[in-house]
Order: sequence, then C-alpha cells, then structure tokens
Amino acid sequence: MYNDNTFLAKLKSFSIFAMIPLLVFFAVVGIPFIFGLMMTFTDWTGFGQTINFTGLENYRVAFSDPDFWNSLKLTFKYVVYSVIITNVLAFTLALIVTSKIKAKNFFRAGFFTPNLIGGVILGFIWQFVFSRILIHAGEFMQIPFLSESWLVDPNKAFWALVIVGVWKNSGYMMLIYIAGLMGLPKSVMEAASIDGAGGLQKLLKIKLPLMIPSFTISLFLTLQRSFMVFDINISLTNGGPFKMTELITLHIYNDAFLSQNFGSGQAKAFILFVIVAVIAVSQVSIMKKMEVEA
Amino acid sequence: MKAKLKELKKSNIPLMIISTLLFLFYIFPFFLVLINSFKAKMEILSNPIALPKSINFDNFINAFNTMGYPSAITNSFIITTASLFLIIVFSSMLAYFLVRWDWKINKIIFMILVASMIIPFQALMIPFVNIYGSFNMLNSRLLLAVYYLGFGVSLATFMYHGFIKNIPLELEEAAKIDGATKLQVFWKIIFPILKPVTATIAILDVLWIWNDFLLPSLVLISKSMRTIPLSTFYFFGQYTSNYGQAMAALILAIIPVIIFYISMQDKIISGVIEGAGK
Repeated sequence: MYNDNTFLAKLKSFSIFAMIPLLVFFAVVGIPFIFGLMMTFTDWTGFGQTINFTGLENYRVAFSDPDFWNSLKLTFKYVVYSVIITNVLAFTLALIVTSKIKAKNFFRAGFFTPNLIGGVILGFIWQFVFSRILIHAGEFMQIPFLSESWLVDPNKAFWALVIVGVWKNSGYMMLIYIAGLMGLPKSVMEAASIDGAGGLQKLLKIKLPLMIPSFTISLFLTLQRSFMVFDINISLTNGGPFKMTELITLHIYNDAFLSQNFGSGQAKAFILFVIVAVIAVSQVSIMKKMEVEA
Repeated sequence: MKAKLKELKKSNIPLMIISTLLFLFYIFPFFLVLINSFKAKMEILSNPIALPKSINFDNFINAFNTMGYPSAITNSFIITTASLFLIIVFSSMLAYFLVRWDWKINKIIFMILVASMIIPFQALMIPFVNIYGSFNMLNSRLLLAVYYLGFGVSLATFMYHGFIKNIPLELEEAAKIDGATKLQVFWKIIFPILKPVTATIAILDVLWIWNDFLLPSLVLISKSMRTIPLSTFYFFGQYTSNYGQAMAALILAIIPVIIFYISMQDKIISGVIEGAGK
C-alpha cells in the first residue's frame, strides 16, 4: 500500500496513474450520459444552441409513436426466441464437444467461427443465402416454402434475424458452457456413476444445478446482446420489408440520425437502457440465489 | 475389451452425424460465399450452389480496388492497435492505483466504473455525436482510439483490478527499499505479472474493435478513413446486385480475422472463456 503524506504527493500519484483514463472515461461515457439525460427533458441538440426545458414532452412523443411500440414488441419477441434457442443450442454444442467424440477441437473451432466476424459481414452473407441460395434450392427441390426470399415476408424475415443471431452467438455461449462442464468436480461425477446414475439423470440432477453460474453469465450476455442487436439488423433486412423488422436499436438510430428527432430518440434510448438494466440486474440476482455448492 | 471399444464406436455414430450436420450449419454459409466469389454474375444466377466452372480472380481484383482494401486494412489496423495500446497501458495503471492507494474515493471510482458497464452504447450515441460533432472532434482515427479507451477502460480496469488484488505486497516492497519509483515498480514488477490478464483483454478488445461497426460509422466520415466493416458496408450497399464481386468483398473482409484465428486459436478460445467469467 502507498501512503502519500502531502497533498502534492497525492496529486502526483493521481496524475501519473489515474488522471488520463478517468478524464477520458468521463468525457466519453460520463458527459454523454449526463447530457443524454438532459436531452430527454429539453430541446437541446448540441453546443451553441439555446436550451429550453420541455418537461416530459420527449417521453410523450416517444410513447405516442406507434413505430416505437411495434419495434419494442418485435424486440421482445426477438429476445425471447433468441435467448432460448441460443442457450439450448449452445449447451447442446458444449455437451457434444466435451463428449468422447472424435475431432472435438475441430468441431469446437467451427462452431465458434461466426463469432469472430463482424455482424455486418455476417448479415450480408445470410442476405445472399436467403435471397439466392434458398430460393434456388427451393425451386430445385420443389419446396414452395423456400421458393420466395425469406427477406420479403415480414414474418420469415423476423425468423431470418433470429437464425443469424443464434448462429453468431451460440458459439460464444458454447465456450461458457464448456468452461462450466470442465469445471464440474470429478469426485461428484464419479460418485454419481458409482451410485448408478445414467447419462440423462446425471445431466438433469447434477450437471444442470451445478452449472447455474454458467447459465447466469450466458443468459446475461444473450439478453444484452439480443436487446442491442444492430449490425445484423441493418445488413440483413435493414428493417424491411416496410419497417416490419426494425428492432429497437435500429429504430432509435433511424429516428435520431435519419429523421433528426434527437430529443425523442434519446428518450427512447433511455427507456431501452432502463428496460435492459432492470431485466439484466433482476435476472442475475434471481439466479445468484439459485446457485448450489457441490 | 475389443467388444467394448466397438460398442463405444457404435453409440457414437448418431452423435457424429448430428455434430457434422451442426458443423455444416455453422460453416456452410462461408463455403457458399467462397464458391460464388469466383463466379461471374450469370453463373451465380443460373446455379449458386454449384462449384465454380473455373477459378477466376477478377471479382477479387475489382472488389479489392473498389472497396479500397489496402486503406481499409491499414485503418482497421491503426485503430485497433492504437486503441489496444491505450486501453492496456491506462487501464492497468488505473487498476493498480485503485488497488494500492487506499483512498475512500477509489472505492467509489471503482463502483462507478463497474456500474457503467451496463450502459449500452446505444444509450450514449446520440449525445455523443451531438457533443463531439459540435466540437469538430469526429472524423479522426486517433480520436476514435481515444473514444475506444473511454468505452473499454471500465471492463479492462475491472479485470486488472481482480488480478492485482491477489498479488502479494512483498514483491513490491524489496524494489521500493532499493529506491525504485512507483512508476518503475509498476512497469518492472507488476506489469509483467499481469501478462495473462493482458492477453485476455487484448483478445477480447481486438475482436470487439476490429469488428465494430456502429461507433466508427458515426465517427469516421471521410471515405479514406473507413475500416473493414465500414468499407464492406458501403461496398455491399452499392454493388449488391453484382453478386460475384459482393461475395469476393466479403471473403476479403473475412480473411484477416481467419488468419488471426488460425494462428492463435487456443489463445483466442481461452481468452474468451477467461473474459466471459468476469
């Protein structure tokens, strides 16, 4: 521990070790956060303009925008499906690559690959798959379900977004579950085998309860990532057809930067922030209580 | 023994089939992009699933030139390394300061940093652009690296903080008695011990910054500053009907990441696992 005696010595240590990162943090996160909050109650849009207090007007505009509600509803639906499918798939993948199968490192590397590549590029890859490959396959094999691009039908385009999101994120969550499975105490697993527990029994009665910490992390990350998905949305559907697949962050982005509605756009961004924070914090605190010791 | 081995192999066949099918789902899209990147437009329209009739690099040459590939790679590289350098240097020092100086305010600073991690970038982007736009502080690669320091400092400091807490003080005492300054103690004794955390942070941040789209799309306005995700985005928007070239552009965009992955696969995977636990 360091005990600087004089104020000058304290100031020196602080300037050397902490000042620059804290200043940058304050400038990049702190100031925009404070001004962002201020923006929602005023008509302020940047320096050099007069500021008028407008009360809750921006929130009223935000809540009375039907597109905002539709986008929010769609995002909730997207989050529910993505979180469930991603985690079920990721856990299955983790079980596969920790089993006695051959070439597991090869499989693990493949499952993880989409995660390394930017969402914009992934979205374009699947745009090609949905609009060219699947149509061709559909015509070739006479499957009417595939004969028209998924991206022109709002419902199918929604599922296209879910598929690509799951495809990208499941490899990452798989790694978290692998770490959890490898960390299971060997003694417990052996004891279960000696007591005659079968594979399924071991999975349900021992592995799942002991792995709650992994589920906590993975659910937290998938929740956050699914609420905030942007890159895949803008590159795969760009909200189309007819704004029917505009998830919430793309909606806010378009509202602010295309329609120039800065105040109400920022109000929407803060509403989203509060929703995500409340859901994430309660998810983590509920699941922390469920954790058991081996 | 032999019978048992045979039994084991038999029971693994369905699992092997399922794994292979899943593997195809994860990898096949990349393969489809690759085979079509060698084809002319007509060949893609007539059959996008067939292998190319001939290997032709025209699409690659055109995409390489139109998307400004060399400059995009250079920009991505400059921005990623500069940001990484700033994050590692300043976050490790900040974390050391927060652990080793027993000030009351340091606990508060640490709590603010941790709490800030829940704020999504989307909740900050509108004021961010308005503020730094009105100060003319957008459209610079080095400023972008500074912004990445601001957005990345909290997680990196948090990870370093957890590690430094467990370093015994005795290691530093000897050096202090020998008259080393605080800065020397940090860089000569502490920073080398932090290597595993530094590696984890480096991997997570390289993947984040290299692939990031939203922040650079808001900050970098000139065409000459575009990173790989940005130039791919604008290229694809313009040449979307020229399928062969668009596919070649996607392959070009993917190549650097795949090289990085192949050369450091184990480090990347363990880095992600370490980082996710935090």
